[in-house]
Amino acid sequence: MTAALRFDPIRLPSECEQLRKEVRAFLAEEIAAGTFDPHKPNREDTDVPEFSRKVGARGWLGMTWPKKYGGHERSFLERYVVTEEMRVANAPTRRFFVADRQSGPVLLKYAPENIKMDILPRICRGEVCFAIGMSEPNSGSDLFAAKTRATKTDGGYLINGTKIWTSSAHIADYMIAIFRTSPPTKENRRHGLTQFLVKMKQPGIQVNPIGQITGQYEFNEVVFTDFFVPDDHVLGEIDGAWKQATSELAYERSGPERFLETYYVLTELVRAVGTNPDTRSAEGIGRLVAQVHTMRRMSVSVAGMLQAGKEPVVEASIVKDIGTVWEQQLPHRVRDLAAFVEETATNRETLEKQLDFAIKTAPKLTIQGGTTEVLRGIIARGLGLR
Amino acid sequence: MAESENIVAETAEKIFADLADAQTINRDNKGAWKAPLWQALTEAGLPLSWVPEDCGGSGASLAEGFSVLSAAGRFALAVPLAETMLAGWLLAQARITSPDGEMTVVPASPKDRITVNADGSLSGKARSVPFAKAAKHFAILASDAKGSLSIALVDAARCRIETGLGLGGDNSDTVTLDKVQPLTTKPAPKGFDQTRLMLMGGVARSLQIAGALESMLEISVRYSNERVAFEKKISKFQAVQHNLARLAGESAAALAAATSAADAIANATSFNDEVFLEAVAAKIRCAEAAEKGGGIAHQVHGAIGFTIEHILHRYSLRALAWRDDFGSESYWAVELGKLVARRGADELWPLVASR
Repeated sequence: MTAALRFDPIRLPSECEQLRKEVRAFLAEEIAAGTFDPHKPNREDTDVPEFSRKVGARGWLGMTWPKKYGGHERSFLERYVVTEEMRVANAPTRRFFVADRQSGPVLLKYAPENIKMDILPRICRGEVCFAIGMSEPNSGSDLFAAKTRATKTDGGYLINGTKIWTSSAHIADYMIAIFRTSPPTKENRRHGLTQFLVKMKQPGIQVNPIGQITGQYEFNEVVFTDFFVPDDHVLGEIDGAWKQATSELAYERSGPERFLETYYVLTELVRAVGTNPDTRSAEGIGRLVAQVHTMRRMSVSVAGMLQAGKEPVVEASIVKDIGTVWEQQLPHRVRDLAAFVEETATNRETLEKQLDFAIKTAPKLTIQGGTTEVLRGIIARGLGLR
Repeated sequence: MAESENIVAETAEKIFADLADAQTINRDNKGAWKAPLWQALTEAGLPLSWVPEDCGGSGASLAEGFSVLSAAGRFALAVPLAETMLAGWLLAQARITSPDGEMTVVPASPKDRITVNADGSLSGKARSVPFAKAAKHFAILASDAKGSLSIALVDAARCRIETGLGLGGDNSDTVTLDKVQPLTTKPAPKGFDQTRLMLMGGVARSLQIAGALESMLEISVRYSNERVAFEKKISKFQAVQHNLARLAGESAAALAAATSAADAIANATSFNDEVFLEAVAAKIRCAEAAEKGGGIAHQVHGAIGFTIEHILHRYSLRALAWRDDFGSESYWAVELGKLVARRGADELWPLVASR
């Protein structure tokens, strides 16, 4: 039985329960103070610097990182609890989320000491925002096709080219990006890409926002023209970014954000049907709850693998594949059931507004962070088919 | 997994591999494989895994027994091992000693009821009872006019059994009791109810479905690496790869849900809403995975997998059949939906995140 993938039934340890209470209490205070409205996922601006600093002050950023860099040396499971509570409450995490999940761990692994000492403590305080520069026009998920060049010059590199679909670039302080330092070789199409730390808001870089069908602005086009990056901003091996990038993907692909993105519509549906639902509504809700429970158990299990020091690339890809397909379908299934909600339900209007937004959001969920097709290719490789 | 859990599961797995190989069973339509298999299982003490030693069993833990059921699912085992284990477990709740031989539990559906009459005899009808025809004894949960629950050991020969066949070709029979005097009756322990019996059966079935999906994934991957079409192994076609990736996802989801539920029950100190969620969610999600995953396994195999000669149906049809036992996924979804609605919207996430 070699092909099957195990997801052991990890239970969150007791320290997580205390932490969960603290996070819920904090979020309740912020909601009461008007920092954000948990019932409105479609707010204009999800970037709230003051909220970010408060989360940092609570010790909930860089939770698993070494203390010498401002981290808290706590477990992946504790970090997991904070992430899922923030997500379920629709908290405005845009400013710190990418830095905490992904960019910080990349810096920890590949940045020189002076860069780590400078930037990591600021991430932990919730002061800096990161973007990830992977896709380019006509490349997208096909990272090998990236063309933006980094040309060696005195003391660093000159960058020329364009990144696209870069979330948060308009507010980011830094970007971790891959640029082409050599052409691919005949033997290895993956060769020639290098990871760089880019300081935003400098001359030679222009950020052009791209509107989304939800009415929000999160994506950007980022144009580099003779943009200078110093030598100590190279992250890891020259020409060897590919394996660095793939080994980090488990962080990006298995978290609670990969199945809870549209969860709010389920809560609102439960509110709308009331305490005595008809059979069809009860069945529909029951199935959706069984599905989200299963997704969560799988996601917690992968957090347990990360905590155990494993690199569960295939397992994380499975969680992202079925998790994002699920969160994409969820608003449509809730819409099916919302047809039977009584006219008198007091939250009917809220539910309708949320559904409208969630249905508009849904198409992107299976695209960002590696498309479904790319993930299924990775899973197929894990099954020994490629 | 604890080491002892491994030993019990490994013993079971070895017996299944030696005596319950799918190919051998599929060729033997006379059933000659059954007797030696059951004898080996009995000698290893597996049918009475969940019966304490002082009640005639082998006193394995719940977790050990669950791992046996996972392995049984991987072999699509077509003898009443899960049923006998459940029956022994039910009898042990009332400290009734288990007899030797095949048993099954009655009722096997949440809506069927068996009644205790004033004279202590039992009456009622239970549908779709797995392996009733093969069982020598029934472990029965029954209620009297006041609603008090009893657990009874009944001689199968005293009941009327109408043979039925489930999707997988295993017996799924109707059992009728007309004032049948049980061999033993004792009151059910405080807090025990029919829901608990159904959920225990449901988790057993979830583990079996997940096991069958693991095997379907394995044989589908193997087949795709052997079968050549359009001058290529079909495993090299992206469409086939993506289908197998989806099957891996369904198999993984079923296994995650089922093992999580088994772990929850094995470690439960009380049978609360959180344990209910685990057990019910496993039955619902595994049943959904059986439908989606089994469909993909057949698609990958093409026409050959639709033949009676091929072993695929042993897994796919049994996984589909197991959806119906101890409450179908739609039945439990309604119950779960009602529970969630009763608790209210703001209590949904705390329930999901409770473990």
